[in-house]
Amino acid sequence: MKITIKRGDSYEIYELEDGSYTLLEALNKIKREIDNTLSFSSGCRSSVCGSCAMRVNEKEVLACSYKVQDGDSVEPLNNMPVVRDLVVDMDKSYEMNVKAKAWIKSFNDEAVLDHEAEKINEVQSDCILCGSCYSSCPVYAVNGEFLGPFSLTRVWKYVSDKRENDAAEKIETIQTNGIWDCTLCNNCTVVCPQNISSKADIEKLRVRSSMFGYSDPNFGSFGGGFDGGFGFDGSPSF
Amino acid sequence: MKTDVLIIGAGGAGLMAAIAAKEEGVDVLVLTKEYPTRSQTCMAQGGMNAALGNVAEDSVESHIQNTLKSAHGEADEESIRFMCSEAINAVEYLDSIGVCFSRTGDGKIAQRRLGGASAPRACYAQDYTGLKILHTLYDRANALGIKFVNDTFLLEVLKDEDGKACGAKVLDIRSGELKTYIAKTVILATGGYSRIYDKYSTNSTASSGDGIAAALRAGAKLKDMEFVQFHPTGLKNSSILISESARGEGGYLLNSKGERFTDELAPRDEVSRAIDEQIKKGEDIFLDIRHLGEQFIDEGLPQERKLAKLYENVDPVHDLIPIKPVAHYTMGGIAVDHRSQTNVERLYACGECANHNVHGANRLGGNSLLEIVVFGREAGRNAAKTAKEVESLSVPAHTECFLDREFTNTVDFYKYKEKIGNLLYNKVGIVRKKSELKSALEELEMVKSLLPQMGWSDSSEIYNTNKQEFLEFRNIVEVSEVVIQSALGRDESCGAHYMEAE
Repeated sequence: MKITIKRGDSYEIYELEDGSYTLLEALNKIKREIDNTLSFSSGCRSSVCGSCAMRVNEKEVLACSYKVQDGDSVEPLNNMPVVRDLVVDMDKSYEMNVKAKAWIKSFNDEAVLDHEAEKINEVQSDCILCGSCYSSCPVYAVNGEFLGPFSLTRVWKYVSDKRENDAAEKIETIQTNGIWDCTLCNNCTVVCPQNISSKADIEKLRVRSSMFGYSDPNFGSFGGGFDGGFGFDGSPSF
Repeated sequence: MKTDVLIIGAGGAGLMAAIAAKEEGVDVLVLTKEYPTRSQTCMAQGGMNAALGNVAEDSVESHIQNTLKSAHGEADEESIRFMCSEAINAVEYLDSIGVCFSRTGDGKIAQRRLGGASAPRACYAQDYTGLKILHTLYDRANALGIKFVNDTFLLEVLKDEDGKACGAKVLDIRSGELKTYIAKTVILATGGYSRIYDKYSTNSTASSGDGIAAALRAGAKLKDMEFVQFHPTGLKNSSILISESARGEGGYLLNSKGERFTDELAPRDEVSRAIDEQIKKGEDIFLDIRHLGEQFIDEGLPQERKLAKLYENVDPVHDLIPIKPVAHYTMGGIAVDHRSQTNVERLYACGECANHNVHGANRLGGNSLLEIVVFGREAGRNAAKTAKEVESLSVPAHTECFLDREFTNTVDFYKYKEKIGNLLYNKVGIVRKKSELKSALEELEMVKSLLPQMGWSDSSEIYNTNKQEFLEFRNIVEVSEVVIQSALGRDESCGAHYMEAE
């Protein structure tokens, strides 16, 4: 089989044995036997470390859990600076977790987390920070300051945690370049290898924000909108 | 670049050390080979031991006794007492920073029984215990403003004229530049060395013993390096781990004739030896979970089904899973005292790269996550306290740089990486013989002498993983040498080190 790998501005075609194996196994074979200069990242080989996220045929995958096919076209993740070949610089998207204040601020030791409460943010805490969501996000593509899918999912994980006593600061933080900038296109959900929907988490954060008195800044800003300049809660937005 | 406490490694131990050091009020900088959260810690599934007694009666004393027994007399009782007593605080701490431990109906942290435990003692977060602990520690580190430098490869631990650790020399993988970090104290949290077994390991490709080799070169002592834990059920072709829970839930081990040949729930070393004996007789070995049924497998072992399909092209609902025992956890490491300090002043170590004398010859399931939290914190606190006593930063003494040596690059190191893995698996593996250990050492010395004829063919300075893998290979050679020498130094069988008479 033949696969094409994007390397800088050019594309290189590699010929591999036919068979059933993962893309990561194919890349390792190229690296060890065909071309020592091919650069990519990998780690656990079992889809939990997030290192080997890349794009195949224009869709984000983990190389260790994707079976390589004849004719596949492999590229680095989008929306992040390419360091070399399939390696991208993820510092900025990692930094979004800091900007979004994704942590417990004030621990409520009286909160009882029962089996049901545990399920509230179970899937969100499965995130492996592979960056597939940032690569697929059209908002992040045009606004590098957008907090982005995995950091907003992380914020929801902590905001929805009964043990967080003080969610106000996080809610305030995500008002700018955060939840209201998302177009709800759902790309992040489609590509997430852990079946997390950041889009759904962002919607939940919108609801929670309105409970804190925030409203969608896209409404009301035109003056003559259908709501007559009034927000959802009926109070004037000026 | 300067800081008070320099931490190398951002897995569970490194992050916990960073948090603890920062909370002592000193400047902390963490260097990591990739990014934080991509370490071996994310692969831990089973759980973290603490005698909470939430689902059945348990006591710290039982935890201590179980750990001592598993260690085969090779651990330090005082260290074990400390770790097991601190376990409850450690779990409470993790809970308070937001780790989503699985819960019982009445809101307590759920616990399950792992091998060698007298009670259900392992606190878990579904099948992602390590991942969730690791990520929450990372979030905590962010909350404290801890700085990370990603894509940084440790070359050498630096020492001053008086022989005290004072920083590190590293390769910036992205730019190819050599950089020097100066610090008052240094903590190594660089993980274990299972990858010396190359394709015969469940571990991440990153577990090449870089910190251990650098510590050795800096004059630190290593201890118990012969103790390597083999996991009975790695997938046959890829060595990817099929969790012990598959046997815990009732899976059988079968040979080619379809016969069961061992107690599937015996300790890991015993089961691994039983499988090894069968393989040496020419049998293929399989894990059979078909009788558990599709519904149960999808609910209880979904990850196992996915990995078996992906890497062995078998569906465990209908097919047998081909397996073999492979290197999984390394008990040995950098010798440290009760304060996590090595014999090199101002150099500390924690996590799988360190030897805190708590695992001895065989680690108890659920104690590795515990160790990284308890001793990561100790290392961080003690390194920070020492840093506060150090008045000014030292100047590192000159060290020779490996990268400045001549390499002719006429011999392919990738082939030898595989050869060393095969050599270790066959001669320094599950069952060992003195004559084989000796011949393994000779072969390894031969490979070592070839190092100047190896090197890297990629000439780019930017993200040169070919060069990085050669540097890892150097560490693999150095660590393997110590493993074989340590194995030769112990005539009797003990835990994971099993000697066969000739």
